[in-house]
Amino acid sequence: MTINVAMTVNGKAVSGKVEARTLLVQFLREHLGMTGTHVGCDTSQCGACVVHVDGKSIKSCTLLAVQAEGTKVLTIEGVAESAEKLHPMQEAFRENHALQCGFCTPGMVMSAIDMVKRHNYQLDETTVRRELEGNLCRCTGYHNIVKAILAAAPAMKSAGV
Amino acid sequence: MYDFTYHRPKTLADAVNLLKGKDEARPMSGGMTLIPTLKQRLARPSDVIDLGGLKELAGIKVEGNNVVIGGMTRHADVASSADVKAAIPALAHLAGHIGDPQVRNRGTIGGSVANNDPAADYPAAVLALGATVTTNTGKHAADGFFKGLFETALGEGELITSISFPKVEKAAYMKFPNPASRYAMVGVFVAKSASGVRVAVTGAGSCVFRVKAMEDALAKDFSSAAIKDIKIPADGLNSDIHGSAEYRAHLVGVMARRAVDAANK
Repeated sequence: MTINVAMTVNGKAVSGKVEARTLLVQFLREHLGMTGTHVGCDTSQCGACVVHVDGKSIKSCTLLAVQAEGTKVLTIEGVAESAEKLHPMQEAFRENHALQCGFCTPGMVMSAIDMVKRHNYQLDETTVRRELEGNLCRCTGYHNIVKAILAAAPAMKSAGV
Repeated sequence: MYDFTYHRPKTLADAVNLLKGKDEARPMSGGMTLIPTLKQRLARPSDVIDLGGLKELAGIKVEGNNVVIGGMTRHADVASSADVKAAIPALAHLAGHIGDPQVRNRGTIGGSVANNDPAADYPAAVLALGATVTTNTGKHAADGFFKGLFETALGEGELITSISFPKVEKAAYMKFPNPASRYAMVGVFVAKSASGVRVAVTGAGSCVFRVKAMEDALAKDFSSAAIKDIKIPADGLNSDIHGSAEYRAHLVGVMARRAVDAANK
């Protein structure tokens, strides 16, 4: 079954013809060519594919593209203010050496931004670790990721993002 | 994933009509179980009826002594609901520990209860709290609703519209989550109300079940000491790469005692 879908991705109206079974992550990567969102496990466990749909973090490998019809999608490509100015969360990941191979990073950053906002910019280490349950990293041991998120929370607040 | 025909009805009546008209149609609420199942080609529905457009099924209300949660209400919304936290904090706690934040943003209470995964959390709350499951055709009491492995009393074309949980005096849910999936290796929901004590166990067997010996002991003395000598037989419990039946039987006792202690706090 072929269906027309239309949604907003990173503030831009996009549309395309997809099969009913096309996943949102496939639509982003293969139809729109936006390969910042990764597929790690493809079984809803690793979180490399996390994007925001209508402001909520979700795993785009476990959502059909047609389910995102009419929604506002935010991906890793859309979080920075400009090519020169990173989002405070990205900046904190860089400052704190929160990535090694970088494969999990897009999902980590998207989950982290959602987490900081949901907790009203106030987080402690235990909360960050618990909130990261849906994101796997096989390089860093998480330590620097946790540090980066804790550092980004006040930075996001003062930047008003 | 095999391809299928996708429908997104706007009303419950349309959803039911679509389900009834097709032989191999499957309803989809949050899709947190159905989509992975389709990806593994473990199911091949002709039609997927997406319930995501049924706004009438989402939401939380307090009606007298009951908290009524719409079938399409997401786990994250139950976990953060001020009404649920005030009326039945154990239920909010349970919802906040399902899967991970991204799963909780999509998964729904109706989907979880209708699917009746042997390791799902919600069935333990429904059974221990003596909830009532309301559908488009009628009402089901919790006892008798969960029939077996992935099996419930729901008939063809029957969709959960809401679940009504009576407030109780004390309750708590304790689970030992699988370290990878966060599904319950064993989860025990304990609830004490004017009509008695109910203890429901998920994750341990093929379907959620009550433990009468613990309920009787706790009715006389609602303390973890009262159930410390009660042994759960391992016969018929789940045995897999994550743990043996004996291990799960032991965990039922441990989680039940922790739940009683948490309820008494």
